[in-house]
Amino acid sequence: MREMTGAKMVVQALRDQGVEVVFGYPGGAVLPIYDELFLQNDIRHILVRHEQGAVHAAEGYARSTGRPGVVLVTSGPGATNAVTGIVDALMDSIPIVVLTGQVPTFMVGTDAFQEADTVGITRPCTKHNWLVRDTDRLAETIHQAFHVAVSGRPGPVLVDIPKDVQFATGTYLPPARARTDHYRPRTEGDPAQILRLVEAIEEAERPVFYTGGGVINAGPEASRLLRALVDATGFPVTSTLMGLGAYPASGRHWLGMLGMHGLYEANLAMHGADLMINVGARFDDRITGRIKDFSPGSRKAHIDIDPSSINKVIRTDIPILGDAGRVLAEVLRIWSERGARTRREAVAAWWDEIGRWRRVDCLAYRASATTIKPQFALQRLEAATRGMDRYLTTDVGQHQMWAAQFLGLEAPNRWMTSGGLGTMGYGLPASIGVQVAHPEALVINVSGDASWLMNVQEMGTAAQFRLPVKQFILNNERLGMVRQWQQLLHGERYSQSWSESLPDFVRLAESFGARGIRCDNPAELDGAIAAMLAHPGPVVFDCVVEKHENCFPMIPSGKPHNEMLLGEARTEGAIGAAGAVLV
Amino acid sequence: MSPLKIEQGTSRHSAYDLRASFAEIQESHTLAVIVDNEPGVLARVIGLFSGRGYNIESLTVAETDHAGHRSRITIVTTGTPQVIEQIKAQLGRMVPVHEVHDLTVEGPAVQRELALFKVVGRGEARIEALRLAEIFRANVVDSTLQSFVFEITGNSEKIDAFAELIRPLGLKEMARTGAAALARGG
Ligand SMILES: Cc1ncc(C[n+]2csc(CCOP(=O)(O)OP(=O)(O)O)c2C)c(N)n1
Repeated sequence: MREMTGAKMVVQALRDQGVEVVFGYPGGAVLPIYDELFLQNDIRHILVRHEQGAVHAAEGYARSTGRPGVVLVTSGPGATNAVTGIVDALMDSIPIVVLTGQVPTFMVGTDAFQEADTVGITRPCTKHNWLVRDTDRLAETIHQAFHVAVSGRPGPVLVDIPKDVQFATGTYLPPARARTDHYRPRTEGDPAQILRLVEAIEEAERPVFYTGGGVINAGPEASRLLRALVDATGFPVTSTLMGLGAYPASGRHWLGMLGMHGLYEANLAMHGADLMINVGARFDDRITGRIKDFSPGSRKAHIDIDPSSINKVIRTDIPILGDAGRVLAEVLRIWSERGARTRREAVAAWWDEIGRWRRVDCLAYRASATTIKPQFALQRLEAATRGMDRYLTTDVGQHQMWAAQFLGLEAPNRWMTSGGLGTMGYGLPASIGVQVAHPEALVINVSGDASWLMNVQEMGTAAQFRLPVKQFILNNERLGMVRQWQQLLHGERYSQSWSESLPDFVRLAESFGARGIRCDNPAELDGAIAAMLAHPGPVVFDCVVEKHENCFPMIPSGKPHNEMLLGEARTEGAIGAAGAVLV
Repeated sequence: MSPLKIEQGTSRHSAYDLRASFAEIQESHTLAVIVDNEPGVLARVIGLFSGRGYNIESLTVAETDHAGHRSRITIVTTGTPQVIEQIKAQLGRMVPVHEVHDLTVEGPAVQRELALFKVVGRGEARIEALRLAEIFRANVVDSTLQSFVFEITGNSEKIDAFAELIRPLGLKEMARTGAAALARGG
């Protein structure tokens, strides 16, 4: 047992949790902790330029490493600025530990300078949060916070630490002695349900695997087992935006992403399936479309670690509560022991049908020799970087969907995007967090002009810490996704969906000490991308693209999967008034 | 339906015992939620209900295990069977929640509320109020020459019925708790 100040305890607890890097921003209520950070060399601190950036950077770090990301911010505005990132991490199940300073305990409740009810504000947007009133409880609370963040369905947690608690002396408790036993979510699937799934696999004629971020959160072994099971059964596999990379895009059974902007073949396979095996996805409305018509003929198995995900929106026939990796291992083992049987002829016929859908070539677009089509830009980026040690982040909008469609993910933990919350401004700070974790890797943020400006200040962070992140901005001078919806849903009334007064991205980059590259000619694109990749430092790539390109396929809100819009389809009036109410 | 004792992170209730289909009928359920008695725990539970649009008909909370710092929150809620299952799953995954019991499906349970009624009046109405109190086994806990305070315990129907009858007899004020409930038997 060691006596030390609360501030020292914070640093010691982080060290004992194996934390190597903290993303943060100082202020009055965390000065004692910053002082302790100054006095040591084990933990690196990345100074962001806005607390939202700290959380997204920690998310990028967490998603690309599988380890929790750590954030340190001050009270009041420091904490409130972090809220968007915290909600983002909650929606996408990213393990984040946020440490916030708070006014001294004797001033709590007095509207003190920079006081905000941080635990009150973040209660609904964390898995759990704590206000620590006693230095003796501080170390244990931090250890518990790490435990909760990574156990079961991962997510953000927050520990609010009043300044007097940081100054006071208490007894340090090492991680092994912290009480964490009562929060132990179940990870082993029910054997009876697993057996039912195995039997369903043996009987299925039109099966499909529908996988999500849960497979990635379950660790690389879960992705390996998914590949093994998919390839052994020969069943087709599709994935949500969050699950990309769990099964390789080059894999034989890959259908591409599903959902609102998912591939035709993936969505029709979901619609026509007789067995759907959901592994770590949550039947989000971007996936299901109209609930009533969602995959009407399928038996649905759902493997999930969160009991509240099962039967939340879609009735499940075979519910399996547990860790995706452990359940997949059991399914594979039992199915193999029983003879690894499938209805091979029926499944082959199913593949023939899928093949016909594939030939629709739903990602086809009209090429242009004079303007860069955003799809073309991503195809060229893909061609130039495929096979590299590559990590991708995105912002939110059309570019995000195109990136998911045109960039092939071959491995888990290589794709960071804001799925559940859809947070514009996520991509740049997330790319910084990824690059901090993987200094040698190629990290590209595929962004849009509007999203990118939302956290543009983080270019300062990239420059200061010499993080060679590549910002690939598909600049359509529009809030493209908003414009697309206005075109399709609101009679082409483009209300406030222009990007007026955009900066000169090249000079903006240079003002941060980064490299700026602008390209508006398809013929020069390959050379410009090569220049971006060759530059050893951060690059802002202003890729000037077609302004009114729409992202297809698209399942309009409120429509079932088999009522999808394709690129060449006549799109005006395609979405009814009922669909316009949905977002 | 099998007895339920929903431990942390399990979903026997939602995943394994779900009824045949998502019925649209509204049901009233009494849930007993055993939680760590830590600051903010009630706000957390209430925030779950308001944030996700669930109903709270009544809510009672007190520390019931002083040594273990555990509180028992009794919630009466209404919703479709699917919503009720969601509520239990959402409660069950909260960090300070130890157990969730659905007393409505776990077997027979006793459920009691307590209410206080202040009745002001003289003469015949006053005598009639006393007679009514006797029938409902309400206790007189305060009396002056022109007023009574009655204390009554029972299920909510009984209290509703008493309130209905006492109203014309000079009911001035009423205070009422939420439900406390326990499963019957060992
Ligand atoms: C913080 C935030 N505000 C608003 C939105 C709504 N929104 C979704 S996409 C979009 C437009 C994005 O434009 P841009 O970043 O240029 O990408 P593009 O769609 O043009 O590729 C907007 C405003 C959002 N997702 N996030």
